[in-house]
Amino acid sequence: MIEVKNVHKYFGTNHVLNDVSAVLEDGKCNLIIGRSGSGKTVLMKCLVGLFTPEQGEILYDGRQFSKGTAAEKKKIRQDIGMVFQGGALFDSINCEENIAFPLKMFTNMSRAEIKERVNYCMDRVNLVNANKLFPSEISGGMKKRVAIARAIALKPKYLFFDEPNSGLDPQTSIVIDELIAEITKEINATTIINTHDMNSVFEMGEKIIYIYKGEKNWEGHYSEIAKSENKELIDFIFASSLLKRVQGTF
Amino acid sequence: MLIGRAFGRIDKGSAFWRSVIREIDKLGMGSVLIVSIISVFIGAVISIQLAVQIESPLIPKFTIGFGTRDTVILEFSSTVIGLILAGKVGSNISSEIGSMRVSEQIDALEIMGINSANYLILPKIVAALIINPILTVISMILGILGGYIACISSGLVDSDTFIYGAQYYFKPWHMYYSLIKSVVFAFIITSISCFRGYYVEGGSEEVGKASTKAVVNSSIGILLWNLILTALLLL
Repeated sequence: MIEVKNVHKYFGTNHVLNDVSAVLEDGKCNLIIGRSGSGKTVLMKCLVGLFTPEQGEILYDGRQFSKGTAAEKKKIRQDIGMVFQGGALFDSINCEENIAFPLKMFTNMSRAEIKERVNYCMDRVNLVNANKLFPSEISGGMKKRVAIARAIALKPKYLFFDEPNSGLDPQTSIVIDELIAEITKEINATTIINTHDMNSVFEMGEKIIYIYKGEKNWEGHYSEIAKSENKELIDFIFASSLLKRVQGTF
Repeated sequence: MLIGRAFGRIDKGSAFWRSVIREIDKLGMGSVLIVSIISVFIGAVISIQLAVQIESPLIPKFTIGFGTRDTVILEFSSTVIGLILAGKVGSNISSEIGSMRVSEQIDALEIMGINSANYLILPKIVAALIINPILTVISMILGILGGYIACISSGLVDSDTFIYGAQYYFKPWHMYYSLIKSVVFAFIITSISCFRGYYVEGGSEEVGKASTKAVVNSSIGILLWNLILTALLLL
């Protein structure tokens, strides 16, 4: 469980996050949604420690993170797996080595054990014959899979996904969403997904946090969206003409 | 601050030394050919220019070998090769780290709990500190050899005279002075280039600008420290 308590983040005079509080639950897909520039990426970067909030705190299972020492942060970070929007795969090494990287850095596993774990992770994300390929040689969907395999290599407690479906076709997006949901249940991870994808919202949104102009505007289950009278949320969710047409059916 | 982080505790020793060897291969071995070619040709030009300018019969012919040796050892092999490496290695380092920054690879390292500055920068600095003096020694040998070949093949001076001049009044301190400079220049090139790459913000255009800044700043740093070290070590 990750607790976000009264987090404020400023860039100069720009108040990007304003008193955001939330609880991100274990074994669930926690979605952070909001318009571009609303502050959801900044919130995610605060959660993983790439930004430090000026006020408030972030706790990982009661362990102090945002105000923790470097050693405390390092320990928690080894329980974190993150998939970036573009994959952020190391382009000088092949897919297999990318997945093996955290294992080599943080475990004393033998080569054979690392190989076995890498193969398991690749199988888990349905990657076939990609071991020796370099990131520049694979498609966007495969990059996402390799990134997911790398993120789960160390069996993390907390999984972060930054726009996992960006740049993917609708069918591949569904496959990636299903994979994330399955892995979350399998390892009982606290999964946090930053997304714009409405399909993800309605398929995976066990807990949704809507960020509007730097503030938490709404939170709840996806089934509660249609009943909500929150104008900003409804305007955001049903922005497309297709969703407007089917709005009444939810 | 970045250098402070770069010199922090190493996450995994074996991974660090593997990176150092990879960087020696990439930064050092990849530069041997260009350093060799430039050294032979510049050594040849230095000796021919010296020979042409020595018109007085009062100045002995062995001065050509003597002058070539001192010019190559004192200035060319450390400073000029340093400037050439600032262009080749500096832009390479800056663009590599800059690309990693804009494609979020550095963020990925940080989130894994790895000190990215230490993981990416320290092996490059250590590799350059090891390989730059070796490149300088190669350049010294090939520069003097180039001068020898040019003088002998053009008949400006005979072999024995050139070799006598190249050995005449040799001060080992001059070699140490040059090697000290090469170590300092290695640190300047790698640290400035890493700094420029590490703090890139934006996209590919900014990576290109950072590479240019890395080369310019490293070159200025080399020229400045060349003067300071010369004043400190030779005066």
